[in-house]
Amino acid sequence: MKRWIMGLCIALLSFSQIAQAELELVITEGIDSARPIGVVPFQWEGEGKMPTDLSAVIASDLRRSGKFSPVATSKMPQTPYSEDQIDYNAWTSLGVDALVTGKVSMNADGNYVINYQLVDVVRGLLTSGESRGLNNGELVLTKDHLLVNNRATVKKSRLRQYAHRISDVVYEKLTGEKGAFLTRIAYVVIDDKAKYPYQLRIADYDGFNERLVLKSQQPLMSPSWSPDGSKLAYVSFENKQAQIFVMDIYKGSREMVASFPRHNGSPRFSPDGKKLAMVLSKSGSLQIYILDLETKKMTQVTRGRANNTEAFWDPNGQSMIFTSDRGGKPQIYRVNLADGSTERLTWQGSQNLGGQLTPDGRFLVMVHRSDSGYNIAKQDLKTGALQILTKTFLDESPSIAPNGGMVIYSSVNDKSNELSLVSIDGRFKARLPATNGRVRAPSWGPFL
Amino acid sequence: MQLNKVLKGLAIALPMITLAACSSTESTDSSAASESTTGTTATEQTTVATPVESGSAALSEQELRSQQLRQEQTVYFKFDNAEIQADYQDMLTAHADYLRDNTTVKVIVEGHADERGTPEYNIALGERRASAVAKYLQALGVSASQISIVSYGEEKPLVLGHSDADYAKNRRSVLVY
Repeated sequence: MKRWIMGLCIALLSFSQIAQAELELVITEGIDSARPIGVVPFQWEGEGKMPTDLSAVIASDLRRSGKFSPVATSKMPQTPYSEDQIDYNAWTSLGVDALVTGKVSMNADGNYVINYQLVDVVRGLLTSGESRGLNNGELVLTKDHLLVNNRATVKKSRLRQYAHRISDVVYEKLTGEKGAFLTRIAYVVIDDKAKYPYQLRIADYDGFNERLVLKSQQPLMSPSWSPDGSKLAYVSFENKQAQIFVMDIYKGSREMVASFPRHNGSPRFSPDGKKLAMVLSKSGSLQIYILDLETKKMTQVTRGRANNTEAFWDPNGQSMIFTSDRGGKPQIYRVNLADGSTERLTWQGSQNLGGQLTPDGRFLVMVHRSDSGYNIAKQDLKTGALQILTKTFLDESPSIAPNGGMVIYSSVNDKSNELSLVSIDGRFKARLPATNGRVRAPSWGPFL
Repeated sequence: MQLNKVLKGLAIALPMITLAACSSTESTDSSAASESTTGTTATEQTTVATPVESGSAALSEQELRSQQLRQEQTVYFKFDNAEIQADYQDMLTAHADYLRDNTTVKVIVEGHADERGTPEYNIALGERRASAVAKYLQALGVSASQISIVSYGEEKPLVLGHSDADYAKNRRSVLVY
């Protein structure tokens, strides 16, 4: 009885906002290979200052993707607010081949009307903006250099969100891939000086709108998002043993879903959100189980004396990859959920653990131990080719963005743990130094 | 006359010797097994003295040592290893003795690992260490119902830092009452 009260007291729930500031991004590699782009400060047709600097958010998003290098405002040759004002020569001489610009005004309801355009600068230069084409047998002005021309009415509170939406549209148009700028990350921060040192926080993927979700005097680990982005499963030691909880981040309510003897850990929602994979050691060693969240029925997936943990669902929901030391040292295996058959996936390096699959199921991203230490590596599941993506120290807990383009992970810098980013091709690398604690266990949430 | 003198001497000396022998009944005990109460034996006299319970002041040397050993609650391990080194045998024996003598007392055996590797896999290493200690205690006769194990993996390091010396301090199992 006393333990429960204790448990409740030391794990306080509070959905309080911590910081407005972004997670500082320190690019360590890849600026040179990024594509120059012009993101012109949007024209504000209202009084005072715009509540959110939309172009700054868009430029920051594109820079963080690793694929673009926005031109600094001070270096811009001009500030055109619509495509007819563009001096194409001035931009192409900077190597810029795409331009984002727009106008913002306020309407009678007090909402913001945003009009933005994405312009193909090279095409515009070629056609002088006057490309023509046939339409119903007539030659008309097609303006095919204008890739995107959108207009929307947005509430004040949703301005930053809409800026991320613009980034998504621009990114997809220019790269052919879906953007992941309207996403969230969850992570654990340990502030050794605080009364409740272990904290579970969520933030926009760029660190903005950081919110404290849970704080505790005992460790928190392994946060994992539900596919609809409304819940977080995590492990808490608040009752002096590892237990799995699922919390609704909007309602603030939470439910304990696993409290068997010994370890309850490594929770992971299935792609359809109806099941929760977890790891229990009640049988004497770590084994993978699946809990049906509706029927509460439990199915055991792995057996035996070896340890099997860190289960990750294949996007098609039919198999899972996991870490096992059945061969001596931890390596990554796949288990077919229909018949239970397993196959080993990793053969290089001395250890491979913490496996994740890209959304297209093509690549395995994991923690790879080799002579150079523990790094994040990517393995092509078809060819078996392995590429070590990072050069940071003691890398762990990789989590892949929902568009498969970027990996966020935790690594050690001096005495502290901090988050780092690496693009899936390894070319872009950045650090996200935290200011108030050791940051671990990042989990990249789904598209919002 | 000469013989008489000798006999007289003997007659005096012999009783003296036996008396001397009788008087030394105290045994120098260096290892009294039980908690000793320095009780004076009740004589057949009219007054009976009843000694006061002496407590720790009169703990035997062994008891003291056992208590001292129980102040130590941490077993350290080698990298990627869950074997209990010989250095810890005395300490664990002291804990086992205490637990066997006090069957209502429960102990939580924690297992920890250094930060190398992933958090969830390090749970396994922590569990192996806690299990090794738990099994050791059970082999010494402690009831399994008194022992529970919990692994913190790399989540609760004793020291922050990335040198081998720091890691060595974090690879441990702790007995928590």
